[in-house]
Parts: sequence; C-alpha cells; structure tokens
Amino acid sequence: MKDKSKIYWNPYFGGVMLGLLLLVTFYITGRGLGASGAAKSGVVAAINKVAPEHAQESTYYSKFISDDNHPLNQWLVFEVIGILAGALLSGALSNRLKFKVEHSPKISSGRRLAFAAFGGLAFGIGSQFGRGCTSGAALSGMASLSLGGFVAMLSIFGSAYAFAYFFRKNWI
Amino acid sequence: MGPLIPLGIIDASWNNVFAILLGIAFGFILESSGFSSSRKLAGVFYGYDFTVLKVFMTAALTAAIGIYYFYFLGWIDISMIYVNPTYLGSAIVGGVIMGLGFIMGGYCPGTSYCGAAIGKIDAIVYSIAMMAGIFLFSEFYPLFENFYNSGYLGNVTVYDTLGISVSLFMIILVIISLAAFYATSFIKKLVKKVEY
Repeated sequence: MKDKSKIYWNPYFGGVMLGLLLLVTFYITGRGLGASGAAKSGVVAAINKVAPEHAQESTYYSKFISDDNHPLNQWLVFEVIGILAGALLSGALSNRLKFKVEHSPKISSGRRLAFAAFGGLAFGIGSQFGRGCTSGAALSGMASLSLGGFVAMLSIFGSAYAFAYFFRKNWI
Repeated sequence: MGPLIPLGIIDASWNNVFAILLGIAFGFILESSGFSSSRKLAGVFYGYDFTVLKVFMTAALTAAIGIYYFYFLGWIDISMIYVNPTYLGSAIVGGVIMGLGFIMGGYCPGTSYCGAAIGKIDAIVYSIAMMAGIFLFSEFYPLFENFYNSGYLGNVTVYDTLGISVSLFMIILVIISLAAFYATSFIKKLVKKVEY
C-alpha cells in the first residue's frame, strides 16, 4: 500500500488554489484571510473572563472589548475554527493524523518542544507589533498590494533568513 | 459587483458562515500543500525545501492579479477592498521578531493551527506559546504604545509609494517571482538533501 502521508500537492498548484481562495475571500468580504487575530481574540476573551476590570482598564485589551459584542464573536475566530476542520480533513484523507513531535533526528523531541515554545512566544509578541502575521499582514496584505503587506513579508522572511544560521542545528 | 457583503449584496449575517467555509478551504489547502510540517516549512530558510516560497508568491500574485483583473472588468469596487495600514516602525520590528519566532518555532500561527489539527505536538505547544506571547505584549503595551502607533503612513499601496502604475508593479513582481522560482531549482541541487 502506497504511503500517502508524504505526498503533498505541487506547490504551484497549492499556490494557485490559495490565491483563488484569497481572491474569493476578498470578493465576498472585502478583506483577506488571517490567523493571529483569532489567537488575540482568544487571549482578550480569556483575560476579560478571568479579570474583567483589568482587561477593561488596560489600554490594549480594551481596544478589543465592546459592550454589545463578545470578544470571540469575530470573523477570524470562525475562520480559524474552519482552518482546524479543513486541516483535519486533509490530514485524515492523506493518512497524516498522528500525535507526534516532529523533529530532526539530530535533536531530541524535548529540545524541539522548547524551541517551539520560544518560537511561539516570540511570534505572538511580534504579531502584535506587526498587526498581523504571515497570513493576515503579509499574504493578504500583498494580495491587496499594500505597503504594509510587503514590509511585513520582507521583514519576516529577511529576519528568519538572518537568524537561520544560529538555529541550523535544529533543522539540518 | 463585489465585494458582496460590504456592498450589501449578501446580508452581513452571512459573514461568519463564510468565515467558517473559507477557513475550511484555507486549512485544507495549507495542509495539503505540506504546511502542517515544521521541517518542511523551515526548509525555505536552509535551501532544502522551497514550498513556502513557491506557494506564498504564487498565491499572493494570483490573488493580486485576480483582484485587479476583476477591477478592470468592472466586477469589483476596488475602493472597498481593504488595504491594511502601514505603521512602518512597528511593522518592521514586528517582522523581525516574527522572523525569529518562525525560525525557532518552525511555524507561523496559521500553519501551527494546521499542524495542531493533525496531531503535531510541537504545533500545539507553539500555538499555546503564541497566545502567551500575545498576553505578554498586551500586559506591557503601555511601554510600547508610542512606538506601536508611530510611522503611520495610511492605507497606502506599494505602487503608489513607488510612484509607478499598478500594472508595471505587477509585471515587475511576476518577473522577480519567476526568477526566484527558477533559482530555487539550482539551489536545491547544491544543498544537502534532508529527509523528513
């Protein structure tokens, strides 16, 4: 039986599909896709639930809290629910569903998890400065030809390339 | 005439329904293209897998050309298409920190959701840590507030900033992308193969 789990779409095909999806998204909603915004909504909702006065007094959380709308009632939150379902479906069809820590054989899974944590932490911080991530700021920004989108793309990728040498042992 | 919901052609109550449907397609396309694998994603930075470059640039160009084509055909009101604002300093600093996060963590938010959905524990850890990062930023926000709001240039496009026409800009972008795609085939041959 052929191992489907390592078979992925041709990247140019995937790119066209993603581009068409972006186009449809702009055509219907007037905006692009995103990802980090949903995580932000999650954080705002959690803090507002656990410490509402702190949330409402804080300059940052309060931007995203309103009296008549729950912080999780956001387009991006619904979109991310969709992303999870779509990825799950694709993974299931390709026999890729498996609980595991993906890591280079040259490092331990513990080390991989530590870097996943540091990386996530950094990305979370950066995404707020950047008002979005690779999906919302860079990809959707580039589709709308915004200056911010291209600045995001170039600085994210430029930075990753610049730091790549220092983390090479984790990957190659 | 698009965009359908902002122009009221489709009722706004459908917005979140579309969010879910478009999200499903997004997650499906990303996962099918291999974006649920951190080792595959990191490959673009070490020359052993250029999927990220190919998908990203192809997608951005397809969408951008599509939007402007619709505009030339009169199918879309381009003034209602959201052009995200530029806050130059914050965007650059954010990008640098995100780049570090990407090369350390091997994911970005969207791809980490895909990885998590198929069971990648490193993706799950990344996603949770990402929320912790957002929390940290939020708590310390007063320290960065001025910087965060600095460098505002408005909702400007690249071609306006460069002072060229949109068509010329797209042609240049397509040429650069094609050259990059072509170059990747040479780079891959020079780089040691990685099994993942």
